[in-house]
Amino acid sequence: MVELIGVNKQFGEFVAVDDVNLQVGSGEFLTLLGPSGCGKTTLLRMISGFETPTRGTVWLDGRDVTALPPYRRDVNQVFQSYALFPHLNVRDNIAFGLRMKRTPKADVQQRVARMVEMVGLSGMENRRPNQLSGGQRQRVALARALVCEPKVLLLDEPLAALDAKLRRAMQVELKRLQQRVGITFVFVTHDQDEALVMSDRIAVINRGHIEQIGPVSEIYHRPATRFVADFLGQANLLPARVVQRETFETELMVADEIRERIPSSRLPDGASTAFLAFRPEKVRLVPDVAKPDDRSACEPNSFITTIAEELFRGATDQLLLRTPKGTELTAVVPNGSATVLAMHRGDRVLCHLHPDDLIVLNAGQ
Amino acid sequence: MTPMPTATGLTTAGRPPGVAGWALMAPLATWLGLFVAAPLVILLAYSFCQRDALGQVVPAFSTHNYARVFDVVYLRILGSSIFYAGLTTILCGIVGYPVAYYMGRAPPRRQSRLLMLVMIPFWASFLIRTYAWMTILKENGLLNGLLYAARIIPDVLSGPMHLMYTPFAVVLGLVYSYLPFMILPIYGSVERLDGSLIEAAADLGAGPLRTFGRVILPLTWPGIAAGAMLVFVPSIGMFAVTDLMGGNRVLMVGNVIQNQFQGAGRDKPFGAALGVTLMALFAVSYLLAARSRRDRTR
Repeated sequence: MVELIGVNKQFGEFVAVDDVNLQVGSGEFLTLLGPSGCGKTTLLRMISGFETPTRGTVWLDGRDVTALPPYRRDVNQVFQSYALFPHLNVRDNIAFGLRMKRTPKADVQQRVARMVEMVGLSGMENRRPNQLSGGQRQRVALARALVCEPKVLLLDEPLAALDAKLRRAMQVELKRLQQRVGITFVFVTHDQDEALVMSDRIAVINRGHIEQIGPVSEIYHRPATRFVADFLGQANLLPARVVQRETFETELMVADEIRERIPSSRLPDGASTAFLAFRPEKVRLVPDVAKPDDRSACEPNSFITTIAEELFRGATDQLLLRTPKGTELTAVVPNGSATVLAMHRGDRVLCHLHPDDLIVLNAGQ
Repeated sequence: MTPMPTATGLTTAGRPPGVAGWALMAPLATWLGLFVAAPLVILLAYSFCQRDALGQVVPAFSTHNYARVFDVVYLRILGSSIFYAGLTTILCGIVGYPVAYYMGRAPPRRQSRLLMLVMIPFWASFLIRTYAWMTILKENGLLNGLLYAARIIPDVLSGPMHLMYTPFAVVLGLVYSYLPFMILPIYGSVERLDGSLIEAAADLGAGPLRTFGRVILPLTWPGIAAGAMLVFVPSIGMFAVTDLMGGNRVLMVGNVIQNQFQGAGRDKPFGAALGVTLMALFAVSYLLAARSRRDRTR
């Protein structure tokens, strides 16, 4: 539906988007995720037509639209600030796009009414934007874009201005809406939770290029680079070096003190160093009852740590663990289980990392 | 409409001004009282007086002056004044809007430089600027000389363009004098305009023209209205430009009023009545405009 081929965008000397290739399928919910200033908004604006690529082409529904101005493109955008017309009421705001396309009056009326109902704004048609709450404005902006039935809807951090509770509700609502109307969504955000909840696929953007693109679970469980592992969800990232490589198993020395055995197939041929990433919720903890030194020595992929900090995070407890040599790890356990297992600050616990939960990254990436 | 020396600026903030407030207001209030309110009262009083044969004001009550204001002769002059002032306002709008728009959408640094350029004419006295225009426009002036040098007109003596002392010269002078008063308020409203609204219009399929008509123009309308007010009101009472650049061929209310206060046939009470009528006209039209604006936003 949308295709970017070799797209590059420079502002003076600054390279905002660096040789990006991207394909978005029909009816897909794709999220462009990245830190601020990574080029994700520029990427979006090249699809909507507000920026022209320095090099490369933009295709929409099989048509090269690189040179078309925004008003000739069959896409609509939901702006971060909503950009509702302050001099028009809700109805006229939503009808704006249809009127620009010279849709027959009766048709406009009917489609606007249906859209107002769909986004739950019935009874507010005559209000001006300044008489609406943030969430309501958000809905008007959405309705105004969707009523045009674009081939692609572009959303530029549309939920950023809402408070946390409303944002979570809107995430679900937006996802449902997208599934119902079946329109392709390209969604820009720097909020990884938002990306995880809503997307079919995520493209992680860093410094103007796509670090990794794939289905949500793949991005989360199999990040391809350290940047992705670190940016999406929490991750423990530790350097490792190969101690002994055998046919099926390789022994790694992690952070100079933890021995880990992983399947050799997970490691690129000839690699002598690597980075290990693992999610905090994958760290399995066992209270260290007795004879700690013997146990850590004999259990594979296990090591002793001390609980340095215990943070209450609502549904979960976050534990900051420290190894004897001072390496710090984060572990997350369901709320209460730390108490049940009588693990507290200062206690020694046994950590276990299953090889399946380890993400092996090239040292260079 | 009497400019009462009250602390309106402070009371609108929702609190009585207090001792400090009154103390701060006192200089301005005194000034306004002495030099605005008192003269207006005198003007109003004069307008109901009569004049004797020598042109002296005689304190005898009469509404005769107001009856004269509505004489056909003066109504016609008022009509042509409204026409010239209206034309000036429209031309200032047409010339000023693009300039103001460009200024308002320019990067901040360029904005302040452009603002300077708009203000530079004010560094020279108004009269000097008007005389400068006269040297440009007169028959053996700069413009005709240039046209001759470029062989567009055959001969300086036989066929110069008669530009001075025409309605054209008057309107040119008025537009030139009041253009900044149109540019500045429009610039203010353009500068406040959120750029994403223009993008949103384009995104929804509006080309440049329709974006202007449906979004930019309605949202900068307050600036245009303020500019129109600032140009129209002083234009209608202007007498210096009409005097200098129109000769005696263009007569506007301002000139008539001026003539009532100086010169041989002076008649201060009648001049006062003309002035009061003009003020009443502005006041009524302003109130009507304000009411229609209130109705629209409701």
